[in-house]
Amino acid sequence: MNPMNAPAILMKDISFSYDGDPVLEDVNLSIPHGDFVSMVGPNGGGKTTLLKLMLGLLRPSRGEVRMFGGPPEAARPRVGYMPQYTQLDPQFPATVMDVALMGRLGHGKPFGRYSRQDREIVARALDQVGLCDVFRKPFSSISGGQRQRLFIARALACEPDLLLLDEPTANLDVVMGGDLYELLRTLNETLTVVTVSHDIGFVSTVVKSVVCVKRRVFMHPTSEITGEMINALYGSPVRMVRHNGEEGCTCHSF
Amino acid sequence: MSQFLTDVQQYAFLQHAVLTGILASVACGIIGTYVVVRRISYIADGIAHCVLGGMGAALYLQKVYHWNEVVPIHGAVVSALIAAVIIGLVSLWARQREDTVISALWAVGMAVGIVFISRTPGYNEDLMGYLFGNILMVSSNDLWMLVGLDAIIVAMGLLFYNQFLAVCFDDEFARLRGLPVEVFYLLLLCLTALTVVVLATVVGIVMVIAMLTLPVAIAGQFSKTLWGMMAVSTLLCALFTTSGLVISYAPDYPAGATTIILAGAAYLGATTLKWALGRGKG
Repeated sequence: MNPMNAPAILMKDISFSYDGDPVLEDVNLSIPHGDFVSMVGPNGGGKTTLLKLMLGLLRPSRGEVRMFGGPPEAARPRVGYMPQYTQLDPQFPATVMDVALMGRLGHGKPFGRYSRQDREIVARALDQVGLCDVFRKPFSSISGGQRQRLFIARALACEPDLLLLDEPTANLDVVMGGDLYELLRTLNETLTVVTVSHDIGFVSTVVKSVVCVKRRVFMHPTSEITGEMINALYGSPVRMVRHNGEEGCTCHSF
Repeated sequence: MSQFLTDVQQYAFLQHAVLTGILASVACGIIGTYVVVRRISYIADGIAHCVLGGMGAALYLQKVYHWNEVVPIHGAVVSALIAAVIIGLVSLWARQREDTVISALWAVGMAVGIVFISRTPGYNEDLMGYLFGNILMVSSNDLWMLVGLDAIIVAMGLLFYNQFLAVCFDDEFARLRGLPVEVFYLLLLCLTALTVVVLATVVGIVMVIAMLTLPVAIAGQFSKTLWGMMAVSTLLCALFTTSGLVISYAPDYPAGATTIILAGAAYLGATTLKWALGRGKG
């Protein structure tokens, strides 16, 4: 076990490019245990890339990623990840329960059936996201919002210390999105939460820190976020977040 | 129909044919389901065709160099497994080149087969049988081979059901949960290759592709779970092969072709039915 005081996520001098132009440059980021971080930024700004670096699915061209004080691969069992579900086959023949149970892979024996304990943990996770009534339904028959919550349940079923959620509010209406952030706030009492979000409107009410991602990365306490920063980030005026009026911080380098 | 029923009690070749259809259905139902949900049916096609190269080489060695212990099925198994591993590695690490590589293996494999055939003396009925097959000429050796194939597939399917499900549904998440995704993917391709080879030597390439996809495509429209899809496709597959034999027997139609047309018609019917039901619901 690494020292408890190692941050949940530590990125040192990270640069990354897929082919040619850098997607991320000189990223330095430290996210402590118990934080609730929202990563905001324009499309193609590198938010999902940043998540994949944290998971060790991508390797940085330069720099080092440390998760819980160790390499990302070693931390995977402690991380619950929710991808953008758009790449998955919506007609796949599996029930809601089948999908959520995938979060239990890697916990028990490497083959055979899931244990009763696995099923209980998954049932609890489905209950937390309000899906326990539909657990027998086929994956193809549930709505986009239910699918979104199902993937959060699957991430919770990993019993993680850190949740990484890629656009958890996509496909959710404002009410459901609000409920979701309320759920995440509760979960944040025991675990670290990092979300990627387009929806700046949700950001400042429950989130503790905001990470602005646009090739370079800057982290701010939520209280420091200003309208000017958001405008600089997206390049044009966007829907405003709750404005806490502190002027000190700037994102000039965008 | 009545003639078939009296003859099937008399003739071993007919009993073998019925048994072959049922045994093949188990392999096709399970592997076909994986092939369809993972969307790799074109990989199965590619493997099936490039196998001709391996069979041709084995036949050449047997006839020209008198390596009597080498029979075409050996060449077929080796070339199918090689093709499966090459395609698997390419699709894992260079996804955008996948279709090119499959086409290349497909064409080169068949061309190699043709060259070997032209250099091999005599009429090579084995290779013709491989392309078109004849379910009415199945030996008891072939039947045992099918039993072995079914045993391997069912054992793997039971042991690793959850793992295969996760890898087919969302391989990235499966990898994050610590599953050796590459191993399972290659294992799946190798099982597919074995299925294709064994069934192709028994019933022919064209019938294998039909049996791997058509029953599964029908089952997929009505199944909620992966195992349900496997069970329904196995039953449908057995139904098609058996009724194909029965229908084709008296008028002496080709049994394989009759089965394929039956399955195709059922697929069309099921799709239409599903569409009509969907419209009815508004």
